[in-house]
Amino acid sequence: MIREYTTISEISGPLVVVQGVSDAAYGELVEIEVGGHTRYGQVLETSEGYAVVQVFEGTHGINLTDTKVRFLGKGLTFGVSPEILGRVFDGIGRPIDGSPAPVPEKELDITGSPINPTARDYPNEFIQTGVSAIDGMNTLVRGQKLPIFSGSGLPHPELAAQIARQARVRGTGEDFAVVFAAMGITFEEANFFLEDFRKRGTLDRTVVFLNLANDPAIERIATPRVALTAAEYLAFDLGMHVLVILTDMTNYCEALREISAARKEVPGRRGYPGYMYTDLATIYERAGRIKGKKGSVTQIPILTMPEDDRTHPVPDLTGYITEGQIFLSRDLHRRGIYPPIDVLQSLSRLMQKGIGKGKTREDHSGVANQLYAAYAKGKEVRELAVVLGESSISELDRKYMEFADRFEEEFIRQGQFENRTIEETLDIGWRLLSMLPRSELKRIKLEMIEKYMPKKAEE
Amino acid sequence: MAQVVRGKVARVAGPLVVAKEMQGVKMFEVVRVGSLGLFGEVIRIEGDRAYIQVYEETGGVRPGEEVVGTGELLSVELGPGLVKNIYDGIQRPLEVLWKMGGSFLVRGVEAPSLDRNAKWHFEPKVKIGDEVSEGDILGEVPETSTVIHKIMVPPGIRGKVVDIKSGDFTIEEVVAVIDTGKEKKEIKMYQKWPVRMGRPYRKKIAASEPMITGQRTIDTFFPIVKGGTAAVPGPFGSGKTVIQHQLARWSDADVVVYIGCGERGNEMTDVLIEFPELKDPRTGGPLMDRTVLIANTSNMPVAAREASVFTGIAIAEYFRDMGYNVALMADSTSRWAEAMREISGRLEEMPGEEGYPAYLASRISSFYERAGMIEALGSPERTGSVSVIGAVSPPGGDLSDPVVQATLREVRVFWSLDQQLAFARHFPAIHWLRSYSLYVDRVGEWAKEHVALDWVDNRHEAMRILQQESELQELVRLVGYDALSPHDQLLLETARSLREDFLQQDAFDDIDTYCPLEKQYHMLRNVLHFHHKALEALEAGVDVKDIIALPIREKISRMRFIPPDRLDEIKAIHDEIDAAFETLMKKGGEQV
Repeated sequence: MIREYTTISEISGPLVVVQGVSDAAYGELVEIEVGGHTRYGQVLETSEGYAVVQVFEGTHGINLTDTKVRFLGKGLTFGVSPEILGRVFDGIGRPIDGSPAPVPEKELDITGSPINPTARDYPNEFIQTGVSAIDGMNTLVRGQKLPIFSGSGLPHPELAAQIARQARVRGTGEDFAVVFAAMGITFEEANFFLEDFRKRGTLDRTVVFLNLANDPAIERIATPRVALTAAEYLAFDLGMHVLVILTDMTNYCEALREISAARKEVPGRRGYPGYMYTDLATIYERAGRIKGKKGSVTQIPILTMPEDDRTHPVPDLTGYITEGQIFLSRDLHRRGIYPPIDVLQSLSRLMQKGIGKGKTREDHSGVANQLYAAYAKGKEVRELAVVLGESSISELDRKYMEFADRFEEEFIRQGQFENRTIEETLDIGWRLLSMLPRSELKRIKLEMIEKYMPKKAEE
Repeated sequence: MAQVVRGKVARVAGPLVVAKEMQGVKMFEVVRVGSLGLFGEVIRIEGDRAYIQVYEETGGVRPGEEVVGTGELLSVELGPGLVKNIYDGIQRPLEVLWKMGGSFLVRGVEAPSLDRNAKWHFEPKVKIGDEVSEGDILGEVPETSTVIHKIMVPPGIRGKVVDIKSGDFTIEEVVAVIDTGKEKKEIKMYQKWPVRMGRPYRKKIAASEPMITGQRTIDTFFPIVKGGTAAVPGPFGSGKTVIQHQLARWSDADVVVYIGCGERGNEMTDVLIEFPELKDPRTGGPLMDRTVLIANTSNMPVAAREASVFTGIAIAEYFRDMGYNVALMADSTSRWAEAMREISGRLEEMPGEEGYPAYLASRISSFYERAGMIEALGSPERTGSVSVIGAVSPPGGDLSDPVVQATLREVRVFWSLDQQLAFARHFPAIHWLRSYSLYVDRVGEWAKEHVALDWVDNRHEAMRILQQESELQELVRLVGYDALSPHDQLLLETARSLREDFLQQDAFDDIDTYCPLEKQYHMLRNVLHFHHKALEALEAGVDVKDIIALPIREKISRMRFIPPDRLDEIKAIHDEIDAAFETLMKKGGEQV
């Protein structure tokens, strides 16, 4: 099935057109031999007589006369086995840690297949991350895809590492693994994660895929897919609970745009291709749980919003696919609050199913709703006070403003190594809510207030 | 039978395959592509070349592989076994595929849409010798606890019944024979219908009966009628899907068709797990017993997403023809439009706005126009309706998006979701000033008869207060709250009460999730009654602060948690308000 050609007729950006090929398969893996080195590529379009190939490692040095192109008769695959744990691979799954490639148990196509919706099991197991702004307000559950919307210079690596460090399902000691995929991030940022895994001794439960800023950009197209192929194998074949960190999805989308531009496709918003939604969905939807299988794939993709704009196509399309988002705020960060999570702009769509009696605590939903409403009101008043001056706002409004300040200081702010239980988180919430008159607590049921509201300290 | 068309793959680019040597193939004919036999549909013909949108992932397909025509247009199978089922965009039963192929979807798998082995009990409604024509009900099949499936004479057939059976049959067995004069037509319990064509009916009629959803913002403020159309645009996280789910749960339709079009897999799972557990508010049976699900999630092939909306509406029309009120939810029509855009781009068509094809608007209207209340063909005489509620997901929440604009030209109800409301967790985040319903007056007339005479007046008064609130808020931003007159301060308080105690509704609370019309009416009446009494008190010189501090207001704020069967408690609040003000006025009098 291997066919070799030396008939490249056109090179344009990351693409080469190979003439005389009549049977290239769509998506087929291609080897390109340039000056004794082998590069990989993949067929993007195939027709009688020619094939368009995207070259992962870039087209520099390729010429029309003696570059050899071999069609390998298979798609891009990744060889999986339990030995991949603890290993470091490049962006398309070749080991780069100096050890020989693990002996594969089987080769899996990195494109994967969609999970049949009827086979999915609904994610409803609460993951305690120890971060109040997440656990209390935007709860993460097993099998969810919950991205971090960040901006350049914001501490998303710290937060992602903290989540990876602290996340656990309470009362279980089940097998877990972390799959870490870096796309176009700096060496330093990648190293921060690796050091963190190393320090807590979990590197041997981690699979790392590195495509750094100076690695070929087109390779990034494959990186999240290889990583998720590994994650699916660990989860659904080996029964592990896998946390996948994908960073930075914005770089991935830029690579996608580069290819689209090279193919002269009709561009969508900001030059990104019209099919970016579908493309991103084939990545993000590879999270979840499957009925009858033990493991799960939970995704924490990280993306940086250009100019902190959440309507930019990358965060926008991501938000439409993922089950919520953790939104980092530059404003909170400037005020020195870590983690700078803007809870109002954050959301966890699966929260309601993962909280409550038997999962977290019966008052969780009411407390979270009330905190949201009160904080939103407090922030609104704060803006008003800037215009009007504090003296001209009502007493109740002043209380709300104070609430908002204390909420940021006591609830959201916490240390990078501070691991709060959900009870601690909720109790902080109650302590803050006790500042407000009871008639304002419309979102919580009376029984809950009776039961959990801290009694006023004896004067 | 026409000869089977056999051609060869000439080009593959994503979901688009071009095949050559395809003479004789029909536009929109279903074909099988390549050695895997992937499903596709012909969408353009040029000479002997057919352009095919393929409903499955095309990885591995290469030029030279065979393409075989099926001779049939893309169709749905309509018959017993539809309800409770979950299909992909081209009506393949996902549950069966799961059992056949495992947890992940495999390609090229074929499974009949309707179970061929299941036996259904057929009860005839006509006798031998009866003259029947298209649409006539031949018999009935109790399909689920809530849906009686009517077996109708398929369109285009007329004649004399020469045989009619009674008993338990599979859908492949003949239950009736009709002598059309030319031939003896064997009738089975199922029929096929091409999805891109609307099913015939006698005539359309104007609808005026509301579709009751149990959602206060919708029923009271922006109602939809049975046979109506509504759009829910909003940015991500504003609660489109929750609203669609709430309508699928609580609306008083006989049959619900829910299309998950390019959305999340887990959301469909949610429906699948939850609906069998939930009770239908009308019949008490499980909600799943009236629900048909179409799931073409975002990671499933994009061309099948384009088809899924038509598959859904064809099924909806079929139940409409039986005389049922059908509610169809499409979440999200933007993903459907994007699928069109992707295919159009691959066809290298001249793009219109934002890269969408020039026929975007006409495609959208061809979908929404299939909604409506109709008089069905055949006897007995009956009316049925299809109501369509489409979610729209504009990029960045920008309503100037071409899909939103094309949709707004079609629909008569617009529920505009607001991001700021969603941030403050005010759900449903339907913005009361930007939304509209063109059915308000019609529903108002209906409510006069069925709920209360002043239903629509209350609604208008509440809207007026909310409108004034937004004007006053501008003022507050300039001069501060304390500078307002007591009247205005009171108005702001009432508006806040309307927002927090009435408009807001907790979809996840066991009681608040569904609010019957009676309860809605009395809740609103109480809020407004308080306002009227407060105005009187102000006139009498009572301080607005004392009014706002009245403890009865806390009771008003907790009305929504009172179960509907204890409506008396809500009604009683009306008198309690009177009493509270009486005491207040007396106290005020003493102080003076």
